Amino acid sequence: MSRVGKIARRSLLIGSAALLGGVAFGVWRTRTPFANPLREDLPDGTASFNPWVLVDSTKITLITPHADKGQGVSSMQAALIAEEMDLQWGQFDTHFGAPDRAYWNTALAGEMVPFLSTDESLTARTMRQVMGGILKIAMPMQVTGGSSSVPDSFERLRLAGAVARETLKRAASQETGVPVAQLSTADGAVQLPDGSALAYTALARTAAQINPAGDVVLRPPAQWRLLGKPMTRLDMVPKSTGAQTYGIDLRLEGMVYATIKRNPHRGGVLRGYNADAARAMRGVHDIFEISGGAVAVVADNTWRAIQAAEALVFDWGAAPYPSEQAQHWETIANAFNEEHLDKQWRSEGDVAAALAGGDRIQAEYRAPYVAHQPLEPLNATLRITEARSDIWVGTQVPGIAKQQVAAITGQDEARVHLHNQFMGGSFGHRLEVDFIRQAAEIANRMRGTPVKMTYAREEDFAQDYPRAPGIARAIGTTKDGRVEALDLQVAMPSVITSQMGRIGLSLPGPDMQIAAGAWNNPYALPHFRMRAYRTPPLAPVSSWRSVGASANGFFFDSFLDELIHAAGADPMEERIRLMTHEVSRKVLEAVAEMCDWEGPRPAPNTGRGVAFVESFGVPTAEVVELRHTAEGIRIDKVWVACDVGPIVDPVNFENLVQGGVIFGLGHAINSEITYAGGVAEQVNFFDAEGMRIHQCPKIFVKGLENASQVRGIGEPPVPPAAPALANAIFAATGQRLRTMPFMKFVDFV
Amino acid sequence: MRLVVNGTPYQADIEADMPLLWVLRDVLGLTGTKYGCGVSACGACTVHVNGRAVRSCQTYAADLDGAAITTIEGLGGAGALHAVQAAWIEHQVAQCGYCQSGQMMQAADLLAQTPDPSDADIDAAMAGNLCRCGTYLRIRAAVKSAAQKLQQA
Repeated sequence: MSRVGKIARRSLLIGSAALLGGVAFGVWRTRTPFANPLREDLPDGTASFNPWVLVDSTKITLITPHADKGQGVSSMQAALIAEEMDLQWGQFDTHFGAPDRAYWNTALAGEMVPFLSTDESLTARTMRQVMGGILKIAMPMQVTGGSSSVPDSFERLRLAGAVARETLKRAASQETGVPVAQLSTADGAVQLPDGSALAYTALARTAAQINPAGDVVLRPPAQWRLLGKPMTRLDMVPKSTGAQTYGIDLRLEGMVYATIKRNPHRGGVLRGYNADAARAMRGVHDIFEISGGAVAVVADNTWRAIQAAEALVFDWGAAPYPSEQAQHWETIANAFNEEHLDKQWRSEGDVAAALAGGDRIQAEYRAPYVAHQPLEPLNATLRITEARSDIWVGTQVPGIAKQQVAAITGQDEARVHLHNQFMGGSFGHRLEVDFIRQAAEIANRMRGTPVKMTYAREEDFAQDYPRAPGIARAIGTTKDGRVEALDLQVAMPSVITSQMGRIGLSLPGPDMQIAAGAWNNPYALPHFRMRAYRTPPLAPVSSWRSVGASANGFFFDSFLDELIHAAGADPMEERIRLMTHEVSRKVLEAVAEMCDWEGPRPAPNTGRGVAFVESFGVPTAEVVELRHTAEGIRIDKVWVACDVGPIVDPVNFENLVQGGVIFGLGHAINSEITYAGGVAEQVNFFDAEGMRIHQCPKIFVKGLENASQVRGIGEPPVPPAAPALANAIFAATGQRLRTMPFMKFVDFV
Repeated sequence: MRLVVNGTPYQADIEADMPLLWVLRDVLGLTGTKYGCGVSACGACTVHVNGRAVRSCQTYAADLDGAAITTIEGLGGAGALHAVQAAWIEHQVAQCGYCQSGQMMQAADLLAQTPDPSDADIDAAMAGNLCRCGTYLRIRAAVKSAAQKLQQA
């Protein structure tokens, strides 16, 4: 059997066992095909049972390798381990760990196969596993993204905790002579039959000599102490006192401060620059060109570096894409043809025949480029010496970042050490590694001196790889008061090709993100066709929270709403009628009940809109209620129902759903990136800010737990927000908005 | 130049037009105050000067000789939380947390001026503080909770 096949088969066996839950695992070693990185340089008397647990005589450290962008995954991962290890909440330290094969993400791969997430057939499940195997070999896939941290961690981190617990019990048995069967665990200690307890830390030395337990049983959910119950995230106190340090806050002895200016005509060359004025400015150490059409300024503090960078005079080369935004739209509009067909994702019923009869409507939709712009500007700190390199950076792709830095320093990867940092947001921004390469080039030129490189906000806007823009063309028919046929075509540049191209990889086959959020909604439409067209590359683009679904959810659901209104049907009832996937139907029914959809109709000038989008395997329904006031549209309330299967922490879950809705609404209202003269016209938050507090509605959240597969919640609340808002505006005003951002067409309070 | 930050006097050899934000972060090493936009558009750098909230990215060293400056580090710490900080923890406001120093400094100023703020008061006072993660509902709840605690005290 091929290597891929072997890995896939092994993964499948494990996956099947895990699905049953609560079964005995006798295959711990075969489940961890890569060595435990914590065993390297393990101090005497320190025990590590697997890549996630480290115990010494003073403390317990849990490794939480999924990167924390603010979504709270550090706490989430710790909770999964602590549950099975019987640790008290906070009775341990957490650490992001070093990039390592042991931490590669296997759940993300499941999202990359062309099967509906609702497809539980053997073929679909096998393909997800095979894809996991391929990716494990092909790419350094320690990725935090795709709302995959919970699915990736849910089984294996509980297993890691259970293995640690059972091994510590064996150590206690060895020390006391009490049989393992008579031992239990609680509060970070092994409990003896006589009522005394042996702390795990006291057992570390003995446990270090014992082979990790192989046969462990996961606790049934009914016995969970932590999981599923409200938690206080471990980062709440430091983040509420200013004590939390982010990458941008690091200070090393002898450190210098750098910033860069790169050609804002993305991909254009640096033809020349004049640094005379900048060099004479106070505190400036050095100014030099780095690769990628950029110039670095090194100074004795960040402000002086940024001031000097502003004083540089550049001669930039042109970008390879069209200079004006209208040309970008023209390129996309011209891609609806056979030559650019990326894939026909759905073809059910007889669309052509259905479109020939019935009452027909058609419409065109647009979604613009949008910048990520988390509040912490991009930054990276490096110290490069002959012996080793250290990188302190907040990144979603630590393995790739490490590879890239090693290529710059010419060192073996084993000598490159990446220390992941808490991030001041990302939304996909920190999937990119350009800024890390730039900082590495600067530090490599100044070996021995630590360098912190920070982007000015304006540079961050200019260099952001935005969401891919798209156009949708939709035709549909209604018959006898029902939706009959929907023919949706979407044209977009390939975000995955653009993104992978920047790290030297290519995408084999179609780009699912051109269709995500449109092809996969589990409605049973009598006639449904969805075709995706890949436009020629335009401005470079990247994954923006919920990626393709952020545009396609708007296209699909808005047009479905148009069809439902054309049919004269009720927007909620018709969606529920068409929804045959039970978990998804319950989500719609739940949101209808939450907002009392059947109750008294809203007051005059008030409108309600519902939208449903499935993304990252999570069916999500949102209802927006708004008023059309003299000052503009005021959004009063939003109700959200979704299903991720078991919820790890209901408090963080609610916070993330509310934040996702606010992210989706705010950007739909006021944010876009447009190119003029080849550069982004938006330069700071006054140009593209998202939602502010005075615009923020009340948001009511319900997480159903009917789904069998556990899912992540970082992205799924975003896609339904824009269509729910547009549908509500239609209900209140009769005006149908088909292009984001909406503030170009209506006023908002 | 002489600056008094969180009650501690500092001498710093800096340009008159250097923003307080960068004096705090890069000269004095007080990194709880955050750089977000540099143009008063996000509020992440909010501190108190003589008791009032200001954007430190647009406050210049030359105007601060002898002024009393309070940063998030001076508002309270883990051992002695300000009511606003306690409420932020109680309501689990933060996601990434990067804007929250500025949010809390703004909220503390609001409560000093308006001890019992309405939703509209909160929205008006906090509208300049951007949260890209979207924690506004928890900010509103935490401000109200802090107001109650301060009034009972």
